[in-house]
Order: sequence, then structure tokens, then C-alpha cells
Amino acid sequence: MKSLLPLLIQLIISPIVSAAIDAYQFPNDELSVRYHKLIAELRCPQCLNTNIAGSDAMIAKGLRSETHRLLLDGKTDHEILDFMRDRYGDFILYNPRVTGGTAVLWFGPLLFVVIAMVILVSIVRRRRVLSKQEVDVEQLNALLGKRKGEQH
Amino acid sequence: MTLNKSLLIPLVVFILLILLLALGFTLKDPHFLPSELIDKPFPEFSLSDLYSAKTRTREDVIGDIVLVNVWATWCPNCLIEHPELTRIAAHEGVTLVGVNYNDESAKARNWLRRHGDPYSFHIVDNDGRLAIDLGVYGAPETFVVDQQGVIRYRHVGPVTRDVWQRTLAPVIDLLGSGA
Repeated sequence: MKSLLPLLIQLIISPIVSAAIDAYQFPNDELSVRYHKLIAELRCPQCLNTNIAGSDAMIAKGLRSETHRLLLDGKTDHEILDFMRDRYGDFILYNPRVTGGTAVLWFGPLLFVVIAMVILVSIVRRRRVLSKQEVDVEQLNALLGKRKGEQH
Repeated sequence: MTLNKSLLIPLVVFILLILLLALGFTLKDPHFLPSELIDKPFPEFSLSDLYSAKTRTREDVIGDIVLVNVWATWCPNCLIEHPELTRIAAHEGVTLVGVNYNDESAKARNWLRRHGDPYSFHIVDNDGRLAIDLGVYGAPETFVVDQQGVIRYRHVGPVTRDVWQRTLAPVIDLLGSGA
């Protein structure tokens, strides 16, 4: 089992590693790093759930070349993501901005946490009430009195 | 017989889940993306014409209500929609402009010679830059551009008779009536 673990990890990360192979030249490593980060967080509009780094679709190729060009033009990461968003909408961002339309993505999970907390609290409260009622006060007193009597 | 109401909760949750999943089946094509470019001006460009050395710009597209069709010879659906586009250009009085997308011009001219060319002119977009500015993610795509050069409608996929009757024609009629 232990020997399987590295293999499993390899399988999980391999789609990320086998990214695009177009040979784009960058004047420095910083641009190259930003390029790979950007193409990893842009979703391919043609294929469902693949980033443009990992897609062979024509449009993914085009968008990679566009990202390369914009980086060489000196655009910031934010400007490049804006450029893509203006043309392809929130869909293209794997890390979508908080807007009216994407609010449900951002805050939906929080809503479920709140619902779970409410349910949890209500269950705990009900149990507490039940356990209090179940104790027969008179019987308890009688027991306590008996004990007191025995001791003295 | 009294039924413990809390026993019904899993059933209710299950039914709600089924309804939610059933809703998923009624959604449109998962490939469908809402267009960001509706009601935005047609992008600026400067590209060559398919047949001449002339440079085509945004000015060539605006003036009349125009159907801008993004097509390519490698695109099978472009061949499927070709007869309908030909009919529209001939009988519906709509100007048709082609954007030859990620293609080779010689192949494109050949294709048009074989299948006929109903377009007013073609913009050569060999590196797909104009297509990206239009938010195109596959061919064919068809845009309705109004007299002011504003994109008013976008259709993804082949233009069939049904698409023309149900969406493109009403949109164009509305724009033509000055809306």
C-alpha cells in the first residue's frame, strides 16, 4: 500500500504537469512563471472543465498565444484576467470574482455551514431538555435523604 | 398510528435532491456560454480581405444591419449552415460578412469556389485575434450587428432555417423597425 502512494500522487498531479507544450519564449523567468500561472487558472471555453494549459482545443491555443502576447506587452495579471473576462465572462476564470452572479458560488457553501450549525444546535438543545426531564426529582431527593440518614 | 415525523426527513431530503438533479436535465447545452459582448460595440480590427490586398476595418462592417459569420474550411457545421446562409443573403436582404477563422486563405477561396460565396466580403483572421475579441470559442458563430456597429445578438452553432425563423429574423426585424 505504501508503495502505491507515490504512484497515486503521480496520477493526480500528472494532468497539471503534462501542460501545454507550445514553445513560447520569455525574456525572463518571472514572465514565464506568470504565464504558466495564468494559463492554469483560465478555463478553456470550448471544453468543459479543462484549463487552457491542458487543452488542445484551437481556442485554448489561441488564448495561450494571446496570454503570451499580453505578457510581453507588459500587462499585469489582473489586466490579462480582465481582458479574458470581458470576452468570455466569469466562466473563463477558475477563481471567479465576487459579483451578483457568482455570489452563490462564493457564499452558497457558507449557507450550508450555517444550516448545519442550526441543525446541530437544535439537536443538542433538545437532548439537554430531555435529559433534564428524565431525572425524577423526588426520587433523587429521597435517595439523597436516605444517604444522609445513613451517614449520621 | 402516530408516525415519528423526524423519520420523514431523509425522505424529504431525498425527494428534494431528486428534484435538483432532475432540474439539471432541463438545462440547456452545458457548452452554452452567455455572451459578454451583447450590446457592446463590434471590436476594432485591421485585417486583410480574402480576395484583395485591401485592408478591412470596423468601418467596413458598420452602416447596415449585418450578419457577421465566423467560419472556416475545417469546420463541418459551416458547410451544414452554408445553404441557409446563402438563402438568407439572397432572399432576406441581409448583408452577410464572413470572418475566416484560423484558416488558410487559399483553402478558403477554394471552398467558396466549390460551395458558392454569398458573403459581401471576408475578413481574414488567420491567427484568430478578431475571433478572440468577439469571444468566439468555436466555429460557426453568427453575430447580428446593428446600424451603429453594436453587437445585438449572437448565435453559436450552425444557422438553420429554424434558427433563422425563431431568433435571427425577429431580432433583425426589431432592429430594422428602429428599436
